[in-house]
Amino acid sequence: MIADALTGQRIFITGSTGFLGTALVERLLRCAPGCDLVLLVRPGRRSSAAQRVQREVLRNDAFDRLRHELDDFDAECARRIQVVAGDVGVDGLRLDHEGREALASCHTVIHAAAAVAFDSPLDRAVEVNLLGPSRLAEALHAVGAVAHLVSVSTCYVAGNRRGRAPEIPVSDTPFGPDVAWRDEVTAARRARADTEAESRTPDRLHHFAKRARAELGAAGVPLLANKAEKLREAWVADTMVEIGRARARALGWPDAYAYTKALAEQALSETRGDLPVTIVRPSIIESALAEPRPGWIRGFRMAEPVIITYARGLLREFPGIPEGVVDVIPVDLVVAAVLDAVARGPVPGTDGPSPPPIVQVASGSTNPLHYRHLVDLVHDWFSQHPLYDAKGQPIVVPRWTFPGRGRVQGQLQRAVKVIDVAERSLATLPLRGGQARWAAGLEERRGDAARALGYVELYGAYAETEAVFGVDELLARWSTLDATDRATFCFDPRVIDWDAYVMSVHLPSVVEHARVRATPGGRSGRSRTERLRQRVLAPERQLAAFDLENTLIASNVVDSYAWLATRRLNPVDRARFALRALAEGPSLLALDRKDRGDFLRHFYRKFEGAPRAQLEEDATELFTWLLLTKSFPAGMRRVRHHRRLGHRTVLITGALDVVVERNLGPLFDDIVCARMGTVDDGRRWSGELLAAPPTGEARAQAMADYADAEGLRLEEAVAYADSASDLPMLEAVGFPVAVNPEVRLAAIARKRGWLVELWSKAPGGPRPPLPIGPVTRRTSFAAAADSERR
Amino acid sequence: MRPGFVLEVDRSTPPTLFHHGEGFRLERLPVGSRIVYPPEPLPVLPDIDGAIRHALLHPVDSEPLPALLSPGMRLTIAFDDISLPLPPMRRPDARQRVIEAVLDLAAEAGVDDVHLIAALALHRRMTEAELRHALGDRIYDAFAPRGLLYNFDAEDPDNLAFLGRTEQGEEVEISKRAAESDLLVYVNINLVAMDGGHKSTATGLASYRSLRHHHNVRTMQHSRSFMDQHRSELHSSNWRMGEVIRNAGVKIFQIETTLNNDTFPKPFDFLQKREWEWSLRDRSTYLGATKALRRTPDRVRRSIFQSVLAPHNLTGVNAGEVDAVHRLTTAKVLEQQVVHVEGQADILTMGLPYISPYNVNSVMNPILVMCLGLGYFFNLYRRQPLVREGGVLIMSHPTRWEFHPVHHPSYIDFFEELLAETTDPLELEKTYEQSFAEDEWYRHLYRTSYAYHGVHPFYMWYWGAHALQHLGGVIIVGGDPKTVRRLGFKPATTLADALEMATDVVGPHPSLTHLHAPPLLLAEVT
Repeated sequence: MIADALTGQRIFITGSTGFLGTALVERLLRCAPGCDLVLLVRPGRRSSAAQRVQREVLRNDAFDRLRHELDDFDAECARRIQVVAGDVGVDGLRLDHEGREALASCHTVIHAAAAVAFDSPLDRAVEVNLLGPSRLAEALHAVGAVAHLVSVSTCYVAGNRRGRAPEIPVSDTPFGPDVAWRDEVTAARRARADTEAESRTPDRLHHFAKRARAELGAAGVPLLANKAEKLREAWVADTMVEIGRARARALGWPDAYAYTKALAEQALSETRGDLPVTIVRPSIIESALAEPRPGWIRGFRMAEPVIITYARGLLREFPGIPEGVVDVIPVDLVVAAVLDAVARGPVPGTDGPSPPPIVQVASGSTNPLHYRHLVDLVHDWFSQHPLYDAKGQPIVVPRWTFPGRGRVQGQLQRAVKVIDVAERSLATLPLRGGQARWAAGLEERRGDAARALGYVELYGAYAETEAVFGVDELLARWSTLDATDRATFCFDPRVIDWDAYVMSVHLPSVVEHARVRATPGGRSGRSRTERLRQRVLAPERQLAAFDLENTLIASNVVDSYAWLATRRLNPVDRARFALRALAEGPSLLALDRKDRGDFLRHFYRKFEGAPRAQLEEDATELFTWLLLTKSFPAGMRRVRHHRRLGHRTVLITGALDVVVERNLGPLFDDIVCARMGTVDDGRRWSGELLAAPPTGEARAQAMADYADAEGLRLEEAVAYADSASDLPMLEAVGFPVAVNPEVRLAAIARKRGWLVELWSKAPGGPRPPLPIGPVTRRTSFAAAADSERR
Repeated sequence: MRPGFVLEVDRSTPPTLFHHGEGFRLERLPVGSRIVYPPEPLPVLPDIDGAIRHALLHPVDSEPLPALLSPGMRLTIAFDDISLPLPPMRRPDARQRVIEAVLDLAAEAGVDDVHLIAALALHRRMTEAELRHALGDRIYDAFAPRGLLYNFDAEDPDNLAFLGRTEQGEEVEISKRAAESDLLVYVNINLVAMDGGHKSTATGLASYRSLRHHHNVRTMQHSRSFMDQHRSELHSSNWRMGEVIRNAGVKIFQIETTLNNDTFPKPFDFLQKREWEWSLRDRSTYLGATKALRRTPDRVRRSIFQSVLAPHNLTGVNAGEVDAVHRLTTAKVLEQQVVHVEGQADILTMGLPYISPYNVNSVMNPILVMCLGLGYFFNLYRRQPLVREGGVLIMSHPTRWEFHPVHHPSYIDFFEELLAETTDPLELEKTYEQSFAEDEWYRHLYRTSYAYHGVHPFYMWYWGAHALQHLGGVIIVGGDPKTVRRLGFKPATTLADALEMATDVVGPHPSLTHLHAPPLLLAEVT
């Protein structure tokens, strides 16, 4: 009896926060009431190991059944579970004294921790997967314990082979690659160091900075630096993934996961000494057949994203061999096989130099699920139970024709590239509002295509595996079980009815977990935009900060300057002015893209010597005939709406005080703007600013200072802005709103779920074709300044 | 000059002209319908400047103007704003002629403390160009640079004077300068019977505090119509206020002018002819113009229409005591406009032109469409409306979702936010009027920019309150459906559709009257 054998045991488990680990903990608590558990968990950045167990393990819906069956679930857990902090990715497991004692007290160690992502960076896979089991063995030696180590590996250590893959060490197979695992560890660590060094070369750093700027625009130094550093880290990770995949494939494994697991088995047999070891190799673990309930699954595994992507109609094709076998095994069968191994204890005669016993938990050899059959099942199921698109229409799933992997990959790569080019060229166009949102939609499409490509690259190999995993040892063990154990701890792959499993257990569970639209019809209730808007306009918000140009008014500094400068010019001089401005245009644009502050300074210099009173008078006219004409009435309304709700409203703009303060003053509680100095006892403008203009990150700082001074919290603040250069300001507040966003900001807003407002000028209002002041009979300030100087 | 005329449509009647915003429609009305045509233009005064001088020297119930002028006195000349006349008249404007004559007399008398105030109440301020057009460059250049010619500011607490309450408790608050002057000369243009009299000062120079007593739903629903002073609560209230102003010692010398209805310049003067009298040239002009207009972009079309200056001119000028002068003025207006119509109809049709008092040089927004149709045109009656109670009003206008952002900011919010909630004038008045009237931003735009006061769109809506109460339905032909529905009306593509829809309300075989305006007329319905 397995349960009896487990009674009185203390079992040390790694990887309890994972899929298999959670299922193990659950089954032990429920079906082996006599044992105690010690869980090794890596503390999170903000939570302790014990908190992680509470949050990530015990609160999982796997325990619903047990919670229901027990009177006091929490007490039972507290009594039987001890949590120790540690990390299998580090030598010595980073155990403290208490942890070492707990380890020493255990009879069995189940090692289920792994970096399961097939696209883990090589060094991470090496540290966790390859070295993990050996570290455990060393730790056991170190505390002087002789516990039975049950190490979970994978069938795919057999690599890309055709035909039988029996339950023997990889090195014993005819074509097993002859590699020294220690050299591989050294090489992986060096690859990390090299890649890190490479990522820090000036060329690379320059490249990252350039990309950050392309993505965010003139968002200010800190934000760009931040973004560049993130890009660097991402590049290092990608490179390490690529190195891992290349090395694995070079040696005949589909990916770094299988490769590191295979070497781990080799390393463990070398380092275990006299430690009794059993290796359990599951194939692809999927949702539960029956325990704790049919369809239970944790996290998104390997097949699920592919299935959901397919159901959303995004995977037109997928490689694979139609008659090939997809070796899937439900998680509860793996759990039972592991617990059976634990109950049996060390197999006599397998310690020391002889290879440890290996149990494969797989379905392929006794109850194969053929790839074509699986694909048909999935197709049929989604034909009967389609997902629905945003408009509530059912999505029709495609039929796959099983082309070669190369062809599918080629198609997808081309698609990604085309969308990429389209997206980049759109980003350079001055699109705003609705068009920009449409362009930003391309990014989503590229994301979809890139994800599909990723799946094909990652998992394609698994759909093409032609290895057949032997389960002789598993079946031998099965044959010794009595009826009670067979009922409680079933691990016989022959019991699976694939049609029923796929159609009524696995797929419903996957769809439920994927949070996709599985009901028809249009959306009822309020739209997302309305919900977001309601949050923005909630009474508890404290501050609403507004950008001016293109957020409240479709105009900019250049327009204003041109208007003011031409207001008092005669027609000939106007034409001359227009020509000069046109000639200056490109260099101005470049200046604006580079640094908004310099751009503003360049313009404000031109006001040098302008008579103050005259400019003030002109500014009022400018406000009426240029700014108000180009204003967004809905924006003006929004400012006042915030004020009515009792929020503080503040305008933060690089525009000049003489223009905004007098004319927009009554709209806002406060205005933060560029301030120009005066000369001649305040009679003339100096053309120089008194302080740096609020642009880019200075704007965010200005807002933060303002909020600080007024005792308002930024988490309760709303910010309205239109371009990526306003990102620092938008990111600083709890409720950012993108107004008529240009492409880059539209993409960011979409990704982060920000409210997007599309405001337009008053329909039917005048549209001055050029920002040129109406002719008056007085002289322009520029001419006035000139004649004064003469 | 032929008087007004009611035509009964028969098989030989040519299609009837409907004004349609910045365009026109020719519609065939059902046989048996009646068309009310305005009288033809009265002759213009042979010597206008002479007549003005004569009026100033021989006023009614008052001493001659020179006798009222003395050195060292404070003289204020207030004048009607951009909302009059419609369309704007050719230079020289009546105001220019009159004020130049007044200023000549003032100069002769040695008066040097003179202020000129555009009496615009809560209307938008007049621009430099508009003031120059109304008063002429000579007056503008002499007074404006010194700050002696300016727009009235109803939100400037320092320059308002509270003069007291009427016996009904209505507060009277007007321009301080006007109230404290030794003489207030008011120069008006009396385009319709609603204008002038005590309304000139009591409304034109008053603040919101004062105006709200008669610019409200109750008053408008009790003014039947507001074109008929004797049955108009609007006028009763203004006359009560005029009394308070007089008792407060404000001396007013009222100068009122009347215009003929010569509305359209050549070659478009056929628009004021009766269709069967259109010459071949008229017809080809009509065809050419409508075809060209259809191909003209909206904005260009608007600026073409807004630049139209009407050839109408003075038919009379009277000066002196307010009541006495206004009696003469009203008689002259009625002489030009009254048409006798027998009985009411089930359906009243009208074509709305491109202009109303509040969109000169601006945009005819949907609220102004409502105000022009249900406010002004519906009220062009004496005794009883042209359409029976529960009848249907069909108007033709493009009614686009368009606004002038500088002139009508509060209209945009009124339309986009408030009308989405309710179109009931009482509800709007009760729930929202005060917040719009006291809104800081609207106040700022009214005072420093060129915006109508925040409360103004409410007044526009109230102007139609009597019609809303009286009518069983309103249909707009050729209007933008979304916009028309927001107004609470029904959109129809063609007049035939509209008539079909109207039978749902008034029953089959309805009687129909078409108001053939502009030129403006006043229907005496018996």
